[in-house]
Amino acid sequence: MPETQRPSQLLRNLNAKVASVPMILTAMFVFVGGTLWTVLYSFTDSKLLPRLHFVGLSQYDRLWSTARWIVSIENLAIYGVLSLVFSLVIGFVLAALLDQKIRFENVFRTIFLYPFALSFIVTGLVWQWILNPDFGVQHIIRGLGFSKFVFDPLYNQEIVIYGVLIAGLWQGTGLIMCLMLAGLRGIDEEIWKAARVDGIPMWKTYIFIIIPMMRPVFITTLVIIASGIVKLYDLIVAQTGGGPGISSEVPAKYVYDFMFRAQNLGQGFAASTMMLLAVAIVIIPWAYLEFGGKKRG
Amino acid sequence: MASAIPPGDPAVPQGPRPRRAFSARNITLYGALVLIAAYYALPLYVMIVTSLKTMPEIRLGNIFSPPVQITFQPWIKAWAEACTGLNCDGLSRGFWNSVRITVPSVAISIAIASINGYALSLWRFRGSEMFFGILVFGAFIPYQVLIYPIVILLRDIGLYGTLWGLIIVHSIFGMPILTLLFRNYFGSIPEELFKAARVDGAGFWGIFFRVMLPMSLPIVVVAMILQVTGIWNDFLFGVIYTKPDLYPMTVQLNNIVNSVQGVKEYNVNMAATLLTGLVPLIVYFVSGKLFVRGIAAGAVKG
Repeated sequence: MPETQRPSQLLRNLNAKVASVPMILTAMFVFVGGTLWTVLYSFTDSKLLPRLHFVGLSQYDRLWSTARWIVSIENLAIYGVLSLVFSLVIGFVLAALLDQKIRFENVFRTIFLYPFALSFIVTGLVWQWILNPDFGVQHIIRGLGFSKFVFDPLYNQEIVIYGVLIAGLWQGTGLIMCLMLAGLRGIDEEIWKAARVDGIPMWKTYIFIIIPMMRPVFITTLVIIASGIVKLYDLIVAQTGGGPGISSEVPAKYVYDFMFRAQNLGQGFAASTMMLLAVAIVIIPWAYLEFGGKKRG
Repeated sequence: MASAIPPGDPAVPQGPRPRRAFSARNITLYGALVLIAAYYALPLYVMIVTSLKTMPEIRLGNIFSPPVQITFQPWIKAWAEACTGLNCDGLSRGFWNSVRITVPSVAISIAIASINGYALSLWRFRGSEMFFGILVFGAFIPYQVLIYPIVILLRDIGLYGTLWGLIIVHSIFGMPILTLLFRNYFGSIPEELFKAARVDGAGFWGIFFRVMLPMSLPIVVVAMILQVTGIWNDFLFGVIYTKPDLYPMTVQLNNIVNSVQGVKEYNVNMAATLLTGLVPLIVYFVSGKLFVRGIAAGAVKG
């Protein structure tokens, strides 16, 4: 840019700057400012109202010695890993099935994807009903003669998180299927022809040729699933309410309950800062891979 | 099309796909697809049949059997009579709250994002890319981190607990993805068009309203689909930034179904659940391919 334009730099392009005020305010005040504010206040002993009385790491000490937080983290880990693996596998298999030049592709796709249009609240409530032991799946299978059959995930502390997983996968796999399908459609038809000419069986072509070629799609999908998992909240509220006991609690619910119910803001801030840390661990390597190597250094 | 080929006939050496309709491969393929589709469709079916049964029938039968005697009473009760706390005017209250939240939120967030995207792609200024970068990364910040600072912000401007407060929140959180969407769209428009308009003397707003906006109908529709379903389905912001009288439909639905008092009326609960899911479902079924485009555009870039 020529040096002569520098003096009027601030007024240049004024309209664009004025028009961008909402964006600048959101970026700086809400996203940057809000994050710094929460992290800062997580080192205080704020109770009902935020106040700047620093107590070092004691909120974090308390957090990590609270059983409910530990349970929340464990649940998120189980749910996270399983939902990641199953979403990718189911999403890819569905996409591969739809990619076989089948008839009624639109009908099938519409059916697989419609749960994604529904909210987690609706999803949670439907599955709460289907998994209800007195009326739902357990009741029906017992009615078929298997009177000892037990399937009550929402009432069993040990497996409640898997009951939530069933609902979560039902809601979310359609989206993954769509992304994978777009990825599959982006692959050159010639590759399939070449593999066929060489007599490579279809499953081998998928595993050794197609999936490695779809690496970028898998990585973006991974990031989408991962950033969705941390937000897991509505589904728990609707389906189990965190119960039985505290067995299906998750971090997002911990934050909400401590901020707005227990009126212990400091704990809420510390817990949400931990959530931010978890996201950063996933996002930063991805951003580095995605943007770091190519252009913006 | 040669649809009259009997199964078992050797493949006819003409036409594009010399494949038999009932090969073992096809039977497995379609069999698997139909089974999976049945699994995915099942919850919707269960919701519908449960909502049309009477309570005695629900207690006796199983949840998958179709209703013997169809009743619309649960729907009426869910819409107009179900109780949350002291209010007994059903989900209708939540429905209208959701409408009053969704319509302005969608309009405002799209207006802001389209201007952002336009400025970012055609009128870059110093620092604009940095703000955009922050915005995109902001989309990954867990909401829980930002909830309380926004409570304070809204309290300071006197909008905490009001519909407008919630509308501002939705506009803020919709901004990253929508801005990205519009930035990419305007970025793909040939620059000659922009230059020609400038030569003709049009300025920032002139080009936006007369050239760019009329061209951006497809992307506006995609953004609308994304926002209508997203905002309608929101629960967290609704429960935090409004008060019981103004709760959106999802929050009210959860309060009706998961309330601990009274006898559980599963048919009413399912009717209420369906009613809440109806708006995004209609958007989904009507928009079809555009919905897919929306979520793909929204998702792929994070």
